[in-house]
Amino acid sequence: MSQYYLSHLKELESEAIFVIREVVAQFENPALLFSGGKDSIVLAYLSKKAFQPAKIPFPLVHIDTGHNFPETMVYRDWLVNELGVRLVVGSVQESIDSGRVKEETGANASRNALQTVTLLDTVEKYKYDAAMGGARRDEEKARAKERFFSHRDEFGQWDPKNQRPELWNLFNGRKQQGEHFRVFPISNWTEMDVWQYIFTENIPIPSLYLSHEREVINRDGALLSVSPWLKLRAGEVPEKRIVRFRTCGDMPITGAVESDADTIEKIIEEVASSRKTERGTRADDKRSETAMEDRKKAGYF
Amino acid sequence: MKSEIKMSYTKNQLLRFTTAGSVDDGKSTLIGRLLYDSKSIFEDQLEAVEASSAKKGFDYVDLSLLTDGLKSEREQGITIDVAYRYFATPKRKFIIADTPGHIQYTRNMVTGASTANLALILIDARKGLIEQTYRHSFIASLLKIPHIIVCVNKMDLVNYDEAVYEKIVDDYKAFSAKLEISDIQFVPISALLGDNVVNRSNNMDWYKGATLLHMLENVHIESDYNHIDSRFPVQYVVRPMSNEYHDFRGYAGRVAGGIFRPGDEVLVLPSGFTSKIKTIQLGDTVLEEAFAPMSITMTLEDEIDISRGDIIAKPNNHPESEQDVDVMLCWMNQKPINLNSKFFVKHTTKEVRGVLKEIQYKLDINSLHRIENAPQLVMNDIARVKIRTSQPLFFDNYRKNRITGSLILVDEGTNETVAAGMIV
Ligand SMILES: Nc1nc2c(ncn2[C@@H]2O[C@H](COP(=O)(O)OP(=O)(O)O)[C@@H](O)[C@H]2O)c(=O)[nH]1
Repeated sequence: MSQYYLSHLKELESEAIFVIREVVAQFENPALLFSGGKDSIVLAYLSKKAFQPAKIPFPLVHIDTGHNFPETMVYRDWLVNELGVRLVVGSVQESIDSGRVKEETGANASRNALQTVTLLDTVEKYKYDAAMGGARRDEEKARAKERFFSHRDEFGQWDPKNQRPELWNLFNGRKQQGEHFRVFPISNWTEMDVWQYIFTENIPIPSLYLSHEREVINRDGALLSVSPWLKLRAGEVPEKRIVRFRTCGDMPITGAVESDADTIEKIIEEVASSRKTERGTRADDKRSETAMEDRKKAGYF
Repeated sequence: MKSEIKMSYTKNQLLRFTTAGSVDDGKSTLIGRLLYDSKSIFEDQLEAVEASSAKKGFDYVDLSLLTDGLKSEREQGITIDVAYRYFATPKRKFIIADTPGHIQYTRNMVTGASTANLALILIDARKGLIEQTYRHSFIASLLKIPHIIVCVNKMDLVNYDEAVYEKIVDDYKAFSAKLEISDIQFVPISALLGDNVVNRSNNMDWYKGATLLHMLENVHIESDYNHIDSRFPVQYVVRPMSNEYHDFRGYAGRVAGGIFRPGDEVLVLPSGFTSKIKTIQLGDTVLEEAFAPMSITMTLEDEIDISRGDIIAKPNNHPESEQDVDVMLCWMNQKPINLNSKFFVKHTTKEVRGVLKEIQYKLDINSLHRIENAPQLVMNDIARVKIRTSQPLFFDNYRKNRITGSLILVDEGTNETVAAGMIV
C-alpha cells in the first residue's frame, strides 16, 4: 500500500467498528438487535471484527414475531453458534399471550407494530442501556436525519425535535437513569455498500436472499410467500416462481422479487440496475407517507 | 473486463460533502439534479416526485422535491439540522450532509462541516455574493473543510453570461483571500436545467473547466487526513480472557494521524512509558501498517498499564498536553453559557470536566469583526474562549489534525451536546 487512503468500503467498515467500540466503552449493558436480515448480519460480523480475538462482549437480541421465515431461524442459530455469542429472544407471541398487545386482524394484519412493545419490554427486562441496530439512513426519508447515537426517553420514544448534534466522531452517550440509546453503526451504508461488503468479505447469508423456487401469490403487485399466516383472499391462487427477497422481515408481509440472481455478484448487478427501493417490497411502509416516521417515534427500530 | 468493473468498487473512495446556500439559491434542486443525472434515484421515488409536481401544476419535474422530507418539517417549524443523502458513481461514493434551515444555520452547518472533505457553496448568479455566502465560507474555513467548490447557479437566468460569472469569481477570490481555504474551484451551473452539473453545458462554450460531478469525482482527498503525526487514541482494551489468548492485551481504536507499523517505537500518554508495537490487526487480518482513519487493534512488546482515553504517539512526535486550552467554540444550545459554567469535555476517547474560564472575543461571522467583553454566549455564537479541564488533554492544533484538535461540550444536567470546539 503506497497510497494512504481507504476504499469506501474500508472507510465505512472502520467507521462502523469505531461506533461499535464506542458503545461498548460508553455503556454498561449494550445489546445488538438481530433481525436476521443482511444489515444486522453485517453488524454482527463487524462486531466480531471489532473485538477479535476476544468474543463479542454483548448478546444478540432477536425480537421474534413468530412469523419468521424458517430460513431466518436456521441462519440465526447457526450464526450464534459460529460467533459464540449469547442469544436473547423477545417473543411477540408471548406479548400476545400475556395480553400486553392485541393481535391485529383484517387483510393487512401484521405483527410489525406489535414488535415495538416486545422490543421495549425486552430492553426493560434486561436493562439494556444501548441497543444497536442495522438501520441505514438511505432506507427511508425519516431515517436520513437519524443520528448514530439516537437518544430515547424513558418511554423508549424518539423525539425528532430533541436529538443531539453529532460532530466529528465524538459520540455523546450520556444519559439519565432509565433512558437508553439506539445506535446505528452502519448509518452511512447504502444497500449497495452492504452487498459489496458481504461479497468482498465472504459473509454467509440466509438462502432467502438468493434466487430460488417458491410458492407465492401476487397481491397488489407484491409477491407474498405462501405460509400458514397468509390468509388467501378470494381468487388468489398460489403459483411457483423463481424469486428472491431483498429484505427479510415478517413472512406474511415481505414481498419477493422475481430474480435469477443466485450469487452475491449477481445480486450486486441486480441492485445496481434496480429501479425500486428495497422498502418498495415491504407492505408496512406503504400504509402511509409517514408510516416509518410514526413507528420510529413510538420506539420501533 | 466485466470482473474488473465489478471489483472496481473495492478501490472507490468516499467523499463527504456539505451543501451551503441561502434559501432558494437552489440547493435542493442541485442535490436532486446530482441524484437524478447520476441515476441514483429509484423509480418509486421518482414516481412520487412526478406525482407531486403534477399535483402542484408544474410542467417540469421539480427535482427539489426529492429532498422534500425536510421542507415540510421546516414549514411545521420542526428543528431540522442535518439530513444525509447518498449516491455513487463508478468512481466514488458520496455522502451529502444537507443542512437546510435558516435560524439554526450556524449550528447545523458546523455539524455537517465537521466530517466533510468538501463544501459546495451556492451563489445565485443574479444576486452575486450575499451575507450568507460570507457566513458559509467562513464556517467552512473555520471547520477546515479542505476543499470548496463555488457553484454559480441559475446561469440560465442571466443568459449564461460569462461576464456575470467572472465578476462573481473575482469577488469571491478577493473575499476568500482573507480566509484559510487551500483549495477553491468554481463552476457555472444551472441546477434546474442541468448545465455543467453532471453533463457539460451547450450554453456556455466559454467555460473550459470541468463539470461539478467531474470535480467531485476527482478532487484529491488522499491528503485530507494527517499522515505525518502519529496519534492513536485508545478506545477500548481487548482482553479475551481465554486460555488460547491468556496474556493478550490489545489496544483498540481508530488511528487519528500518522502511520503506525509493527516495530515502531511508541510513547504512551499520560504515563510517558515507551514500548514497541508488536502487532497490528483487525479481525483476523494482520496488518503491516495502519493510518487514519483505520480502526485497528494494536499490541505492544511490553506490559504497560493503558486504558481508554490514553493516547499512543511517537517519542519524537507527540501531542501537546495542557489543562488550559484555547478553543474556537460554537455554542449550540438554547440555554446561554456564562463564565465559570461547568460541563463535560469530550475529546478523542477521553472525557473530563471543564470550566469556561474566559471569553476572549466573539466573532461577528458576517463581518468577521471581533466583539470584545461579551458576558455570555448564546445559540449560534462563535467565540474564542479559554477552557480549563480537570485533567490534561493531549491534543493538537485543529489546523494540524481535525481529530485530535476537536472537542465537544456536554451539559452536566441535561447531558445535551451544547458546543463544538476547535483547539487553537
Ligand atoms: N431558472 C432556474 N431556477 C432554479 C435553478 N435552480 C433552482 N431554481 C429554482 O429556484 C427555486 C428554489 O430552489 P430550491 O432548490 O428549492 O432552493 P433551496 O431553498 O436552496 O433548496 C425553485 O423554484 C427552483 O426551481 C436554476 O439553475 N435555474
